[in-house]
Amino acid sequence: MSEKKFSKKHEWVSLEGDIATVGITKHATELLGDIVFAEVPDAGKSLDKEGQAAVVESTKAASDVYSPISGEITEGNKAIVDDPSSINADPEGASWFFKLKIKNKGEFDSLMSKEEYEKFCKENPN
Amino acid sequence: MEGQKTALYNIHKNLGAKFVPFAGYEMPIQYKDGIVKEHISTRTYAGFFDVSHMGQFFLEGDETLTEALERIIPADLKSLKINHSKYSFLLNNDGGIIDDLIVTKTEKGFCIILNAACKENDIKQISKFLGKNHKHVLNNDLSLIALQGPKSVEILEKLIPGVSNLKFMTGNKFNYDNEKLYITRSGYTGEDGFEISISNKKVEKLINFLVLNEVKPIGLGARDTLRLEAGLCLYGHDLNEKINPVEANLKWAIAKKRKDVGGFNGWDKIKDLLSKGSEKIRVGIKPEGKVIARENTKIFSRDDNEIGFVTSGTFGPSVNAPVAMGYVKSSFAKAGTSIKLEVRGKKYEGKVSELPFYKKSYVK
Repeated sequence: MSEKKFSKKHEWVSLEGDIATVGITKHATELLGDIVFAEVPDAGKSLDKEGQAAVVESTKAASDVYSPISGEITEGNKAIVDDPSSINADPEGASWFFKLKIKNKGEFDSLMSKEEYEKFCKENPN
Repeated sequence: MEGQKTALYNIHKNLGAKFVPFAGYEMPIQYKDGIVKEHISTRTYAGFFDVSHMGQFFLEGDETLTEALERIIPADLKSLKINHSKYSFLLNNDGGIIDDLIVTKTEKGFCIILNAACKENDIKQISKFLGKNHKHVLNNDLSLIALQGPKSVEILEKLIPGVSNLKFMTGNKFNYDNEKLYITRSGYTGEDGFEISISNKKVEKLINFLVLNEVKPIGLGARDTLRLEAGLCLYGHDLNEKINPVEANLKWAIAKKRKDVGGFNGWDKIKDLLSKGSEKIRVGIKPEGKVIARENTKIFSRDDNEIGFVTSGTFGPSVNAPVAMGYVKSSFAKAGTSIKLEVRGKKYEGKVSELPFYKKSYVK
């Protein structure tokens, strides 16, 4: 089973081999509200750690999605572009944002565990 | 600084409201269901909105009061019948809109509903024209509840018999729980509905009745998507002191008689614009695809000349597409005109659209 880690900007990352899958957390979708627009990066794009990677918009506002990890995009999830509301329905499963080939596993290891992230959310409710 | 609270603050809290600061008040942006569900339940059933932050400004006086108000409001107040309402504005000397409002003729004078963020200044501006024998009060002991949606009439009639006889943009006094309420048939969603002026003491009881009848509480978020689909302006965004009613495509709200005779702030300017047209004008905008063109999005012509800007933009749940309003050069104002919208540095296709995006169902 792949390991899942979390960022302070409310992204999750799961790693299989050197391919990371990135999405936004359930907590993030609850803060955003109804999601009505998503934009994902194209394959081949290089991203730095914490670089702007994707866009998500709710009825309220637009937010950037950052990559918690550096690497090269292998795939953006077109399904969430076609049906942005699916992000609210399954944010940590089928509605991932993008996959990327990572360069530095150390970046992944330094992210928060599920328990650490839950504690972080409690301490930073907004 | 902590914002002011309406009489329903604790009720909102119990209903799961998320609060935001708005015009100096702590107001619910949404409740548990979220903006899209709140929007849809207003369109398909009924929703209630706490709009008690808005100013309920009462004026009393003789015909000199009507004359005084007509100097700053371009409605035909002299011909306005008792219990009839008009959408209008306060205008400055350049014809710019100080605020948009609903004015209702009462037995003793007028009641004007003012935007929360503007009400203090509005009263200052209105007072410049008032005489010593004109009484006025901003009544903070009253709450204002909007009940909107196709089931509103059926539900409110059960509690307050007679409301179903009201026609759109008229009002009357009704008895409720040993109190006189003033209710108008009006709203800000494009749906049939009512605005209920009720004492802060009794408002909780009214809300309990509505909740029992499965009327959902609706926050500012859905209020915005509903009014934008209905093509209605939001002051401070689509309207401001530098925009006049001709540019705002609201010349219909200036009474015919007043257009001809004048006698109100900014008439020279407005008369001129009425005959030759304004350089820019408010239009509806439909972005192609799913991209949302929010406030301040730049608008370009097909050949990439900048021609305007967006003043409101969101996703319209009933239209099931993004919708926006903004100002464009008048030569680009025709519905169907192809435009480009610059969002996050990228230009997206869009079209000028008729307003409203969502068709109204007012009871005439």
